[in-house]
Amino acid sequence: MYRYILNRLLLSIPTLIGAAALVFVLMRLIPGDICMVRLGGSGGTVSPSALAACHAQIGLERPLPLQFLDFIGGFAVGDFGTSMWSGKPVIQEIASRLPVSLEIALLATIVAVAIAIPLGTISALKQNSWLDHVVRTVAIAGIATPSFWLGILSILIVLDVSHYLFGHPWMPSIDYVPLWDDPLGNLSIVILPAITIGYRYSAVTMRMTRSAMLEVLREDYIRTARAKGLIEQLIVNRHALKNAMLPVVTLVGIEFAFLIGGLVVTEQVFNLNGIGRLFVQAVQNQDYTLTQALVMLTVAIFVVTNLVVDVLYAWLDPRIRFG
Amino acid sequence: MKTHIRGLAVGLSVTLSAALAATPALAQTPKRGGTMTYMIPADAPPSLDGHKENTFATLHATAPFYSTLISINPDNPASSTDFVCDLCTEMPKPTDDGKTYTFKIRKGVKFHDGTPLTAADVAKSWQYIVHPPKGVSSAREAYMVMVDSVENPDDETVVFKLKFATSAFVPALADPFAFIYKKDILEKDPTWYEKNVLGSGPFKFSSYEIGQSIKGVRNPDYYHQGKPYLDGFNAIFAAKQSVRVDAIRADRAVTEFRGMPPSARDELVKELGDKVTVQTGDWNCVNLLTPNQKKKPFDDVRVRRALALAIDQWKGAPALSKIATVHTVGGLVFPGSPLAATKEELTKLVGFGTDIEKARAEARRLLKEAGAEGLKFELMNRNVDQPYKFIATWAIDEWSKIGLKVTQKVLPTGPFYEGLRAGSFEVAVEFNCQNLVNPLLDVAKVLPRSVYPENYGGYEDPKLIELYNAMLHETDPAKQREKMRAFETYALDTQVDTIMTPWWERIIVARSYMKGWKISPSHYINLNLANIWLDK
Repeated sequence: MYRYILNRLLLSIPTLIGAAALVFVLMRLIPGDICMVRLGGSGGTVSPSALAACHAQIGLERPLPLQFLDFIGGFAVGDFGTSMWSGKPVIQEIASRLPVSLEIALLATIVAVAIAIPLGTISALKQNSWLDHVVRTVAIAGIATPSFWLGILSILIVLDVSHYLFGHPWMPSIDYVPLWDDPLGNLSIVILPAITIGYRYSAVTMRMTRSAMLEVLREDYIRTARAKGLIEQLIVNRHALKNAMLPVVTLVGIEFAFLIGGLVVTEQVFNLNGIGRLFVQAVQNQDYTLTQALVMLTVAIFVVTNLVVDVLYAWLDPRIRFG
Repeated sequence: MKTHIRGLAVGLSVTLSAALAATPALAQTPKRGGTMTYMIPADAPPSLDGHKENTFATLHATAPFYSTLISINPDNPASSTDFVCDLCTEMPKPTDDGKTYTFKIRKGVKFHDGTPLTAADVAKSWQYIVHPPKGVSSAREAYMVMVDSVENPDDETVVFKLKFATSAFVPALADPFAFIYKKDILEKDPTWYEKNVLGSGPFKFSSYEIGQSIKGVRNPDYYHQGKPYLDGFNAIFAAKQSVRVDAIRADRAVTEFRGMPPSARDELVKELGDKVTVQTGDWNCVNLLTPNQKKKPFDDVRVRRALALAIDQWKGAPALSKIATVHTVGGLVFPGSPLAATKEELTKLVGFGTDIEKARAEARRLLKEAGAEGLKFELMNRNVDQPYKFIATWAIDEWSKIGLKVTQKVLPTGPFYEGLRAGSFEVAVEFNCQNLVNPLLDVAKVLPRSVYPENYGGYEDPKLIELYNAMLHETDPAKQREKMRAFETYALDTQVDTIMTPWWERIIVARSYMKGWKISPSHYINLNLANIWLDK
């Protein structure tokens, strides 16, 4: 088991280097100049000396191979350098945003799993009943509805309902407060985005749970269990659901990893200062160092999530053993 | 009919709100206390250093922490000529034929760390702005071309010596980014202010969460007696307009200080009625349609003239103002400035005539003469909604009326600037948006690139430079105005180096309990919050 994990971690190194080389080259293919965006983006005059000083300060005048070696060398020792845009250490830039994205991703996952697994299971057990049709309709609507649209709609509903109830529109604080500073305040800020993201997420997971359950319920060992006279609840919970969870766990893992850096529009709709928003800013500002670090972070999150999913497989299906 | 009545009601309430906003600040006694939350319509600024940055996001976040030598009068910010002392004791009269300005600095001013602020700090800050040492960048260096030296003969005096007398100097000195920093810190580490805040302004720095918020608390030692009125402020970064509108609607924020489009104003007024006030005014920003004269057929003045003639400025401005942040037809100079062209003067320039059918007939004739009938070209634009895309769509429609087939190419900011600098465009939607109204420097945008690095028209023109220099060195207001007309006529009419579009309109919607703040023609000024109080 430990050997398997170690092997997987070692195999991730070429993946990370490949991703690093790709993002390094791609970023530099985008036409533009971070210093011009920074100094002239608001319409002011940019003198050649100010432009040259900016280039020198962020090291853009150095040869590209040296820049790449710096990036890879720094990454190997956990030093991502400083943001070309803000001049702050990249680690600091990411660390201030990561808790927000992690919290939303975690809450959205909880919302999604809490909705998807019971409803997906019921839907499979009551296949083609009115209940199944309702659940499938809810799931398809969830897949078809963009999260950002649902986000805007939910904000407007909260504003209008609070206006109707209290005589003035209400929304939670616009200034994010960390969970450990003010748990209730924090929850009031993150719950709406978590629900709007969780709904789409749950819809996809619900569909997967339903189809996996339908497949498992037709397996011979389920028929045997029924023939043995086991009660239905035990058959579903212990034998069917656990085995049907394999593809669901994979899906939840991929979705969770995606949510860390992929909530670009939802973070903007709710003005959450997360990794997704930082990603867009970094690309728009042509902040090479920050974009590179964020891509590496995303790759690392996917690698770790896949590893966790693989380990979970063994627990869910004892037939799976690591070589 | 119902729609018309509702539209009228919104319009009336806007006007009424604006009127209400303008009057009560003087009549009421300011109340002390309260923390004001406002929105900054941007993501995190590159740094907190006003000397190095050009973006309003830096100013909206840091202006309350700093003092400047002089500023636009906060009680009359709509004026483009009313300057008052901030750190100085009185506005000086120039000596030495207008080439020397001697400022006396207030006594007893302290930085927020308790150390005294002296003329040495003022002089050092300005020396770094005007002539930054090697390796240090100053975004304002190019504006201060007229300054020869800045000295402090003693702890209470700062002397600016100019290379030549010019009325562009005093407005340039009121630059809102020209924060007064501590001399010792600047000398020790010129990059310190990029990540740290230490000023002498009305508010002391409290905290900064990158991309989220910046907070300040009242400076009890502020040198303007009785100010600021607020206990503190909390500025929230929010690039998305709907977030800002919802925040004001739900009273999570009082206002934003950049400017909203008409649709957002109407939405808030409709929803909140007299709970919000609206202030509007001309904005010192304008989009320009710049042909690249290095590309054919735009090297032919007849083609450029045809492009200008096709656009109906007088009909377009009021129509566009309903949906975009533009309002006033104008020439090269900000319409509110004494140096701006009157309507009578404007109508004499190509593209500003009042008979559009006659103008378009002439445009078609010129295109035919130049062999450019049915010309197809690409209009490069920046990926910004307000008002860039509105302006471009309007211009394309106007050009189609003389048979031109124009497509719009929208690019993000980085590639857009790369396109401008590389000269790879045919016609571009540019913009000229300066910190405060200083027409003599603002119009330099149309000077050739050899003189003004951010001109992308691809032309060299010694006569234009000559006309500009004559105007810049002229100190007699009447003669200066005449020279400005000659410069403007040459750039917009004779050469048609660029085509004007309506000047922007600044619309500020605020919760009506915010008092003491007045709109200015720039979103870069009047931002230190010292005069603001909350009527709650």
